[in-house]
Amino acid sequence: MENRLDEIKNSAKNTLKEILYPLTAIVVSFLAGAILVYAFGNSPKVAYKALFLGALGDLNKFGETLVTTTTLILTGLSVAFAYKCGLFNIGAEGQFIMGSVAAVWIGWALEGLPPSIHVLLTLLAGALAGGIWAGIVGWLKAKVGSHEVINSIMMNYIALNLSNYLIMTVLNEPGKAFSFEIAPTAKLWRFSQSFEQFKYSRLHIGIIIAIFVALVAYYLLNKTVTGYEIRSVGFNPDASEYGGINVKRNIVLAMLISGLFSGLAGAIHTAGVQYRVNNLFGLTGYGFDGISVALVGNNNPIGVILSALLFGVLQKGGPMMQIEGIPKEVVGIIQGIILLFVASNFVRVMVQRYKENKEIRAQLKKGEVK
Amino acid sequence: MWNIITILFGSTIRSATPLMFTALGGTFSERSGVVNIGLEGMMTIGAFSAVLVSYFTGSPFLGLLGAIVSGAFFGWLLAFLSIHFKANQVVVGTAINILAASLTTFLLVEIWGKPGQTDNVNYFTPWGPFNMFTYLAFILVGVSYFVLYKTPFGLRIRAVGEHPRAADTLGVNVYKVRYICVILSGILGAIGGAALSIGSISLFKEGMIAGKGFIALAAVIFGKWHPVGAALACLFFGLADAIQTVSMSLGLDLPKEFLFALPYILTMMAVSGLVGKSVAPAADGVPYEKGEK
Repeated sequence: MENRLDEIKNSAKNTLKEILYPLTAIVVSFLAGAILVYAFGNSPKVAYKALFLGALGDLNKFGETLVTTTTLILTGLSVAFAYKCGLFNIGAEGQFIMGSVAAVWIGWALEGLPPSIHVLLTLLAGALAGGIWAGIVGWLKAKVGSHEVINSIMMNYIALNLSNYLIMTVLNEPGKAFSFEIAPTAKLWRFSQSFEQFKYSRLHIGIIIAIFVALVAYYLLNKTVTGYEIRSVGFNPDASEYGGINVKRNIVLAMLISGLFSGLAGAIHTAGVQYRVNNLFGLTGYGFDGISVALVGNNNPIGVILSALLFGVLQKGGPMMQIEGIPKEVVGIIQGIILLFVASNFVRVMVQRYKENKEIRAQLKKGEVK
Repeated sequence: MWNIITILFGSTIRSATPLMFTALGGTFSERSGVVNIGLEGMMTIGAFSAVLVSYFTGSPFLGLLGAIVSGAFFGWLLAFLSIHFKANQVVVGTAINILAASLTTFLLVEIWGKPGQTDNVNYFTPWGPFNMFTYLAFILVGVSYFVLYKTPFGLRIRAVGEHPRAADTLGVNVYKVRYICVILSGILGAIGGAALSIGSISLFKEGMIAGKGFIALAAVIFGKWHPVGAALACLFFGLADAIQTVSMSLGLDLPKEFLFALPYILTMMAVSGLVGKSVAPAADGVPYEKGEK
């Protein structure tokens, strides 16, 4: 009985620690942002008040924040899932774009289908396009050993140009720099259709889909053989191979699933918010934000939901600071600093070093170490 | 016909110039074993700092110096976190890209009071057909080749990137070599950025780097992590860019998106062994820990 209690205590302590490190990083980054705002003669209090009120002030604003959160949950999951297999998917950008284009194509071309089927096909097409786009990278890694980071960066820009080409040719709304609009039957249900409170927000069913997908990802990773194999390969590919796990197959599979999430993100963004795809001048940033979301969420699907909410607040609240005369880019700076802290395990390493030093000092006092 | 070739040649060189600096920086960093995804951000910072300093001092030379200092700082940041904290180099690079884009736009709005672009500043006017930066880029390709392949220090860099433990055993200071190379890559990346701002137009525009750092990274890989190879790759990618510009003015119906994507497609083919296999330095991207077996 006592043992069991200790076990629970320990696991709670560990979970708390896992949360505490990223939390410290977030707090420090907000402080850094505050200093920057102050340095240019503005009030940090005004800035952050505008930020949080702008993102959470009322249900419509909160709805808009959740619209961004939806996308970030999925791209964050995408990065986190690949990471669990020891793969770095910096290609969520490209997979997102491919998902958007595939969704717009199916959403536009298959006009006349019953709504539920059409929506489903639109989302599936997007997810699949992202999956294939990432799958190619995984396949190349498994087949010829070329690095997934290099290939996925290249695939980002190939996706960008392929998408622009399609949008300016076969999918082009004549005379415009964007694609056709998808059919009404392919559009996702919006909360504003039934709830007066969300009248001025574009919040759509995608948020529920995204949370559901996160739960599925959690289940898949932690409760199935496939997930076990994927994590095992991420932990130690050589030992996994020795233990009879097909490493190459799992690399391709993990990338493919990772791409499904990003592709779905693009499809949901298209079917729920944009209804079209624009001719892009550069990458959208959703994929790169997915890296931040995954890392702050400790690559855990549940953590990803929470950190996607944080970044959703930052991104939606940022423009509200502009009204107070404070550039919204403060938000990007905060995000960059958070990422630097979390990536370097800065807080953890510093705490460890402090403890080690303390121990050495204690030993020195006792005269054990000369 | 001759006219078109002249235009194509000039345009190729001009497109390739900023890429060449950045690609040389990437070559140094990766040769020493540190992956630098942050080249894009370092170019952005360099382009902005150059304009900023030139704006306040009126001197493009000091502007260039400003770019060098800011590039060195971001190079140091990448080195510090990836060497001392063994941070994931790709993540730190991504963070630098996000930070650079936001920081420059933030300062742009705070200093010039408007988003979009800065005012015009003094810049490097062309010497003959090209800008000073172009001549410097070609000189630096030669210098980089000489340093990497003909000097003891170059041998150390390559050793550290291939087999840090062996280098360490022989008395090479792995951390120091990596610090120098990564800071150098920050400096060269920033000069590449400056070549785009005070080296061609006289201002900084939001989003003006637009993926050029990533093209330079592709050039490093396509050029097989060799300074001359990387420079040739930059010229080749510059040519693709030039063909796109020329074909538009000639009314040729070439899909420009294909030409834009070409560098990336070729690089993927190169790392996958379809057009002469590119193999990265063995310890590229792997943090080094002293005394680890």
